[in-house]
Amino acid sequence: MRDDTPILVADNVHRHFAGVTAVDVEHLEIPRGRITALIGPNGAGKTTLFNLLTGFDKPQTGTWTFDGVPLHGLAPWQVARRGMVRTFQLTKVLGRLTVLENMLLGSKHRAGERLLTFWRGPDRHDQVRAMEILTRFKLDTKAGDYAASLSGGQRKLLEMARAVMNEPRLVMLDEPMAGVNPALTQSLLHHIKDLKAQGMTVLFVEHDMHMVRFVADWVIVMAEGRVIAEGAPASVLSSAAVVDAYLGAHHDTDLRSLIAEMDAK
Amino acid sequence: MDILWNSLREIITPTTAAYALAAIGLNVHFGFTGLLNFGQAGFVAVGAYGFAIAVMTFGLSTPLAIAVTMLLAAGYALLLGVPTLRLRADYLAIVTIAAAEIIRFGLNSSAFAQWTGGANGLYNEYSDWLKSSNPYPSGTLTLGPWTFTSNDLWIATVDWIVVAAVAGGIYLLVNSPWGRVLKGIREDEHAMLSLGKNVNLYKLQALVIGGLIGALAGILYVQPTSVQPFDFGTRMTFNMYTMLILGGAATVFGPVLGSMIFWVVMRFTDELVGLGVQAGLFDNVTQGSQLRFVLVGVALVLLVVFRPQGILGNRTELTFDAR
Repeated sequence: MRDDTPILVADNVHRHFAGVTAVDVEHLEIPRGRITALIGPNGAGKTTLFNLLTGFDKPQTGTWTFDGVPLHGLAPWQVARRGMVRTFQLTKVLGRLTVLENMLLGSKHRAGERLLTFWRGPDRHDQVRAMEILTRFKLDTKAGDYAASLSGGQRKLLEMARAVMNEPRLVMLDEPMAGVNPALTQSLLHHIKDLKAQGMTVLFVEHDMHMVRFVADWVIVMAEGRVIAEGAPASVLSSAAVVDAYLGAHHDTDLRSLIAEMDAK
Repeated sequence: MDILWNSLREIITPTTAAYALAAIGLNVHFGFTGLLNFGQAGFVAVGAYGFAIAVMTFGLSTPLAIAVTMLLAAGYALLLGVPTLRLRADYLAIVTIAAAEIIRFGLNSSAFAQWTGGANGLYNEYSDWLKSSNPYPSGTLTLGPWTFTSNDLWIATVDWIVVAAVAGGIYLLVNSPWGRVLKGIREDEHAMLSLGKNVNLYKLQALVIGGLIGALAGILYVQPTSVQPFDFGTRMTFNMYTMLILGGAATVFGPVLGSMIFWVVMRFTDELVGLGVQAGLFDNVTQGSQLRFVLVGVALVLLVVFRPQGILGNRTELTFDAR
């Protein structure tokens, strides 16, 4: 039977930096087992929201639960251990470690990573799984190279592969397609769909509307820190306000009026 | 020829061993975890004075004195690490260098002279255990081209056994999954957090382990001679960084090789200056030894320009920017 409860529910998340509101989300739900796109103009608060939900930043107010478990106030590493793994807009590969070592660090089997049981080397099973995932991401031939020798696009792939290695329930990808060439973008999109097929929930930030349309089941639009629209891609992306937000036709007027309407409610 | 042999003798002296050991500890901080510890001399001082005072003032047996010293060093590492490790990297650098200087001035001050000997330091009544366990025949011993007193050779032997054991332990640690996490933290803390690693705990573990090794080096350092507060200045820490860069940071044997080369070169330039004074090139030894540091400085600059990864370091690691 399919579980239709949202995997992540957030309420009243508010974050301001020295008086400037960065995120002001009243209510947010991420549907389970689906691919959700988070879109919005630059400065809309998408990355800040990512940082808040994953513990990299602390909000002034706000609560959220992941799979029914409250996560607010936890450190980033605790959030990750509970099955919510993110990537970064500016890719963070571990440059002077090999691609395979990057992958093994993603593993959930941590016995050897404890000081008192350090001799318990990497599980053979982990190595095999890492190579399988690398093969899927077409990085298997690079396994022995330093991650710093990879191209920008390959780093995006490695970061995503490393997140998958962690067997998360929710993968949060911050602009996975930024700076990636069109051919690689195609394969990235397929990887994202693949994650869903393996039972993971995906939340990703993206600017290219064609890709959002192609891959997302659900779209959440943010502007000026708020969620201004959400729904199926077809309906949301045809909404005048959203189109304006991106194309800039009546950007300021439309968004402001929409926000004014929300305030009125 | 004598100059050369005299210089090469430095390869096995106890001082070289103690510096090598302390540099191994610093390498755990800087080379493997990326922690900027600019006060390794503070850990060495805690080791040296902790041991000497435990034996001389409190009359503890040697094993007990070593255990107490290690506890002290661990406490010192926690004191420095707990408040600073969650801040940006530079804060640890500031705190370690300041704490090391506080310790040195405290030890130098006459306020605690009844325990520390103040500016006079402590004479090595604490090393009787080493002297009495010496299995070598007494008198002067010849090893290849070098002669040693029986006592010096025994201390050197013990020191190098300790260095080998610690280097072996570090080899196992840094090549374990635990060591891989340390290297990951050196590369990018945020990435490691996003993969579920408790970064602060690992940094604290690394700080304590490297600090304990530094304190152990302090115990070795003072065995042949005496404890002098002047020895534990910032120059000691920066000499260790020189050794690390020379031998290759983030390699297990880099600090050992670095320490050997460093002391051979120091001795060699020292001898050259001596010759210069004899030949009337310098008015006195002081003038010459200033030139010696200029020579060492030039050698370091050349090293950083032509072989920035150090002698044992991996060139390919440096061909790209780490981030």
